[in-house]
Amino acid sequence: MAAEFAYPDNAAKTADARAEPHDTPGTLSSSNGPAERAEPEFKTEKMSLSMGPSHPSTHGVLRLQMELDGEILTKADPVIGYLHRGDEKIAENMTYNQFVPYTDRLDYLAPLANNMAYAIAVERLARLEVPPRCQAIRVITAEMARISSHLMGLGAFGLDVGAWSVLLYTLNEREKLYKLFEELTGARFTTSYTRIGGVSRDVPDGWLGRVNAFCDQFLPILEETLALLTRNKIFMDRTVGVGVIAKEDALAFGLTGPNLRGSGVPLDLRKDRPYSGYDNYEFDVPVGTKGDCYDRYLVRGEEMRQSVRIIRQVIAKFPGGAWYATDARKIFAPPKEKILSSMEELIQNFMLVTEGPQMPAGEVYFEAENPKGILGFYIVSKGGGVPWRLKIRAPSFCNLSILPKICVGWLISDVVAILGSLDFVMGECDR
Amino acid sequence: MPADATTALREKFPQVTDRPSNDHPAVNVPIGELVAALRFLRDECGFDLLMDLTAIDWAEGASPRFTMVYHLYSTTRAGYVRVAANCASDAEPAAPSIVTLWSGANWHERECYDMFGITFTGHPDLRRILMWDGYPYHPLRKEFPLAGIEAPLHDAEIGAETGTNVIAAPMAGGPFVAAPGEINLTEAEPRAKDESWNEGRAQPGQSELRQVKE
Repeated sequence: MAAEFAYPDNAAKTADARAEPHDTPGTLSSSNGPAERAEPEFKTEKMSLSMGPSHPSTHGVLRLQMELDGEILTKADPVIGYLHRGDEKIAENMTYNQFVPYTDRLDYLAPLANNMAYAIAVERLARLEVPPRCQAIRVITAEMARISSHLMGLGAFGLDVGAWSVLLYTLNEREKLYKLFEELTGARFTTSYTRIGGVSRDVPDGWLGRVNAFCDQFLPILEETLALLTRNKIFMDRTVGVGVIAKEDALAFGLTGPNLRGSGVPLDLRKDRPYSGYDNYEFDVPVGTKGDCYDRYLVRGEEMRQSVRIIRQVIAKFPGGAWYATDARKIFAPPKEKILSSMEELIQNFMLVTEGPQMPAGEVYFEAENPKGILGFYIVSKGGGVPWRLKIRAPSFCNLSILPKICVGWLISDVVAILGSLDFVMGECDR
Repeated sequence: MPADATTALREKFPQVTDRPSNDHPAVNVPIGELVAALRFLRDECGFDLLMDLTAIDWAEGASPRFTMVYHLYSTTRAGYVRVAANCASDAEPAAPSIVTLWSGANWHERECYDMFGITFTGHPDLRRILMWDGYPYHPLRKEFPLAGIEAPLHDAEIGAETGTNVIAAPMAGGPFVAAPGEINLTEAEPRAKDESWNEGRAQPGQSELRQVKE
């Protein structure tokens, strides 16, 4: 595109470089490569431009303070904090269960996965094991959240690089997932589904069958949707070889999730440090080879297929029994009918609501493999129902910190593709 | 496996002590040896990922008041190690920057500086990150109230023109917690129980602009 005219030497160079990756069909020509650009014939004055905080391609309220040489970035300084709500401060001032709704609002495209990560972190602090049925429910919801988050990420990525129709497909599928979420949790978006020591309610009758039915019809549509992008020449021109993140950089900047796996590091905590019974299910961890935008796209696409695979396995061997830790009397509220009919349970419920789940003193750090990357909770407790300190390790925060490094040298239009491929959420980044 | 790492670390640095922990191997490191210890863990023990870096404020009067906590992860061992170091000064806490070890520490340390006021010596670009430049407080310090403190707008020009400030949030009948463990919320949040001010009525002596039409 524009760069081809401005930098004819470079265009030839990049066409070579891009012949090998991904068996690109035909010849490609586009803006490419922050590689060594030819010394410009005349120097231009650098321009400073602010993109965001309300800009459609900055996905929320990210602001990029850019320094431009023509259309090429010479410096990028992300400005964050526009969505800072002080979640960590709030957490220090309320009981553990009261904080669950706040976790919805971290990565608000996958609230169920956040709920689960937070609940497991506090349960690790309490040294509490939840029964297999509860674990299975959580795994299903987390994987559904992963699909829903990747659908949104994919649709928005397509939108960013000019593929409008993808969003229509993915939002349609996400809507079906939201219907299932609503049936399970009572809310489409802010689910607040987990409680410390369990979940807020058991799965409704027939719900698992409907999830299975969703999976059956979802896979063909997913293939159709991905087919709109995977061999799409325009999409490939915009993404192949763009925004390459080297393995070493990805590790140094603490990238996680599909962004790290796109760079070829097979780190997936569901495999490496299984939690909530993930070791009972078979699934593959897709990794990229080049670490460019296209690889990150491919990784997300494959992860959705793997999530469907996990959901089917969980439903196939869905365990019976209790769906909350029955013996955790100081942590999980008793069933409602018992609260209304028995003195003991009434007192238990009252103490739980007013004083919160009682935790031992100590500290715990737990990380879960969320759709956007690794979400970690570091909790310092002095005992009682309120954490002394709760630190949220937000994957989007770490993923965005690499921007000043990878954006330099690209055109503004490529930066839009890079931002789309990183798939971040500012609610989580700013907390 | 990661437990070997802490043993090796203790052999190499005799001043390192074990830190009580129920989940991951954990050590206390003197702040002077922090960078060397983290470098040893990264280069010799395979902890290649800096997952998290944060601080704990043990509240005013406690000494040491600020503790830095680092969580490292090893992709080869699939395990974590927790490294904690107490900041030497309670009034002007400082810690060495580890941006040279992990570039990702840059933003984490900026956040820590922003929230706790801990200065990182050797940091290339120590600015606020979540709050705006020029914000006068460090919100995650324990003495900072949940509702916030009235502060000037980040844009002085607009502030001068409109006469508005960033105001504390109305607690509307808070606090949220009845039995907060060691925190006495009535003391920590004296304004919270004071219902003479809410969304509808301004706190006496505060900016009147917050008033909504009734």
